[in-house]
Amino acid sequence: MVSEKSNKRTKKVKIRRTSMPEQNPEERIKNFKEVALGYTEEDAVKESTRCLQCKNPRCIEGCPVDIDIKSFIDLISKKEFDKALDKIREKNSLPAICGRVCPQEDQCEKKCILAVKDKPVAIGRLERFVADRKLSKNSITGNESSGCSENNNSKSKELDCKSSNKKIAIIGSGPAGLTCAGELAKKGYKVTIFEALHKTGGVLVYGIPEFRLPKKILEKEVKFVESLGVEIKLNMVIGKVLTIDDMLNNGYSSVFIGTGAGLPYFMNIPGENLNGVYSANEYLTRSNLMKAYLFPEYDTPIARVRDIAVVGGGNVAMDSARTAKRLGAKNVYLIYRRSEVEMPARNEEIEHAKQEGIEFILLTNPVEIVGSEGWVKKIKCVKMKLGEPDESGRRRPMPINGSEHDIDIEAVVMAIGQGPNPLLTSTASGLKLTRRGYIEADTQTGKTSKKGVFAGGDIVTGAATVILAMGAGKSAAEAIDKYVKTGIW
Amino acid sequence: MYKIVGKIKLAEGIDRFEIEAPLIAKKAKAGQFVVIRVNEYGERIPLTIADYDSSQGIISLVTMSIGKTTYMLSKLKRGDSIRDVVGPLGKQSEIERFGKVICVGGGVGIAPVMPIAKSLKNTRNYIISIIGAKNKASLILADEMKEISDEFYICSDDGSIGFHGFVSEKLNELLEDSEKSSDSDLRKDINRVIAIGPAPMMSAVCSVTKPYSIKTIVSLNSIMVDGTGMCGACRVEVGGETKFVCVNGPEFDGHKVNFNLLMLRQKMYLNEEKKALDLYEEKCGCKMLEQKNGKTC
Repeated sequence: MVSEKSNKRTKKVKIRRTSMPEQNPEERIKNFKEVALGYTEEDAVKESTRCLQCKNPRCIEGCPVDIDIKSFIDLISKKEFDKALDKIREKNSLPAICGRVCPQEDQCEKKCILAVKDKPVAIGRLERFVADRKLSKNSITGNESSGCSENNNSKSKELDCKSSNKKIAIIGSGPAGLTCAGELAKKGYKVTIFEALHKTGGVLVYGIPEFRLPKKILEKEVKFVESLGVEIKLNMVIGKVLTIDDMLNNGYSSVFIGTGAGLPYFMNIPGENLNGVYSANEYLTRSNLMKAYLFPEYDTPIARVRDIAVVGGGNVAMDSARTAKRLGAKNVYLIYRRSEVEMPARNEEIEHAKQEGIEFILLTNPVEIVGSEGWVKKIKCVKMKLGEPDESGRRRPMPINGSEHDIDIEAVVMAIGQGPNPLLTSTASGLKLTRRGYIEADTQTGKTSKKGVFAGGDIVTGAATVILAMGAGKSAAEAIDKYVKTGIW
Repeated sequence: MYKIVGKIKLAEGIDRFEIEAPLIAKKAKAGQFVVIRVNEYGERIPLTIADYDSSQGIISLVTMSIGKTTYMLSKLKRGDSIRDVVGPLGKQSEIERFGKVICVGGGVGIAPVMPIAKSLKNTRNYIISIIGAKNKASLILADEMKEISDEFYICSDDGSIGFHGFVSEKLNELLEDSEKSSDSDLRKDINRVIAIGPAPMMSAVCSVTKPYSIKTIVSLNSIMVDGTGMCGACRVEVGGETKFVCVNGPEFDGHKVNFNLLMLRQKMYLNEEKKALDLYEEKCGCKMLEQKNGKTC
């Protein structure tokens, strides 16, 4: 947010940051359509001209996958939209997704030199614009599809193919897996993604709601990855139907694990097993993956109640709260134990949630869920105050004695984070885990303790962002290529 | 898509499907389950694997028509396909040489008891089976169970076949008799009870075995979504701790299970389930209950 003071100082900048057209809040809480409508061509060109084309562009440093931001923005200003997209795709196979869900304010846009005095160039919105433009034309071209059977115009690539016509297994089709698969396919490998669910996308399909990331967009981005030659096998729970050793013993030269976090945390307070209490994973999976918001057209049900509490302050909490609103809740209480400053959610998400009438109950922590006849009736909370900073650097919340109070509700969504799901890791011999159950992997290469096995994304770092997982998938692809070619571990 | 290569009607409203799923068949073990989705609009529901043949690449599922999903399943024929089949999920049954084991199966729960009883028999256990159903017409797999049992009892709620009463009552009778008997040959040193069926039945069996301190294993049938420990829909309370049926189970020590909670949680979507079924029946132009009574759709 720009204060009045800084506005005065930035009068020199001729063009103000182009705002994003959005569905208005009263309207959008009644549907699941995308909130942000996207730039028009005019918007995009106008915004692109704000870019100073710095000699040493700092924005690129802020990008976990090193997109040549300066160049693609320049191409937009020249209306060379296809070329702009090609420029992005050199580094990022999923631009329509990143343009939507990346926290640009903490990455590329944070480093933008304009941000010192004004608002940064809207890099994310521009990325989304060029990606959407192509997707809406529905023209996923074959010229980028690799695979050794295709005619590759570059001779070196042909050679590359011969030397690397090897099979790589990717476990998980979320951002890390899709990226790693795409990069390896581009290098000529035969890549197979194994996905546990019945749809591709991992958190992009079960976690992020339609109103933030339309599933049509995701499907098109996945199609693009498939067009590179990647095979996707659904309904494959690795660790159960196949183990990593099975893969290594059956012709796969290397395995990349990108299974995500995927073990929901609960608060361990009384009443958490009452009907109406959901983990955010369940709530969002029902709504997004299973399309419970379209019940009874789709068979999966979800509780539609008048009053609901969401516990937590991250993006997942915002997604849950905004989903609840769209499912018809009159009162959605977002209960968070710290204050708004400490909320890990993106500012944009917090703003959107407020616009939609989500009621923030801050510095408050649930201590018990009270029910009758098996169903949630109210949530007992205490007020909190902030003490000294803790290891996360945020001030530690402490309960205030005698501040217990009840809030009447009929459902609760616990969005307080998640841990590593042990289903795969517990069946992989020789795979070293951290004390908390995440996979121990080299931060640069994704190399694990098991020969030939790499890992990246939330299963290594703990719950983080889509783009960080993509960055990990990408650097692992480089390391896998090197390992398979040299055989050196 | 997973092809149905065989379908047998076991009783009114209960079908056995043979499904082509070679990878699952290769890894499946007694006690495990799959999650299926009938079609693009369908719900994900867990079904215990009733049998598996790795050489043929086939798994068997037994379903009873009670809700929309199972009714849709019941309409599928040999040659049709099921959209998604995921597995094998959950932990396998503990199969050891325990000695004497009583296998109790109630209703459609007889199907999942069978592979466990079979495995236990192959591990040279003495198998006493007690199976039961509402009536003679709804009893399934009696011959198959008899074949793998050293002792075999049938019960029916209405007395139309075998013992007139619940399986838990028959079990109680057996345990009481063996307790009273002074003849050491007759004394059945029961080392373990396996009970699978509706939650009230499993709960009743556990109440019977508890005073005898006989380890009793139950297989819980809670509501699930992903089946891989990701959502927590299936959580239950075992020994005062929250467990996920899909990854920590489905089998648990029955004496530690909070059955009241399980039964409450199974009813979470009762209204929605009814609505879905009503709409489905409307669309089909028939009442499923009527169909059950012989009229076809």
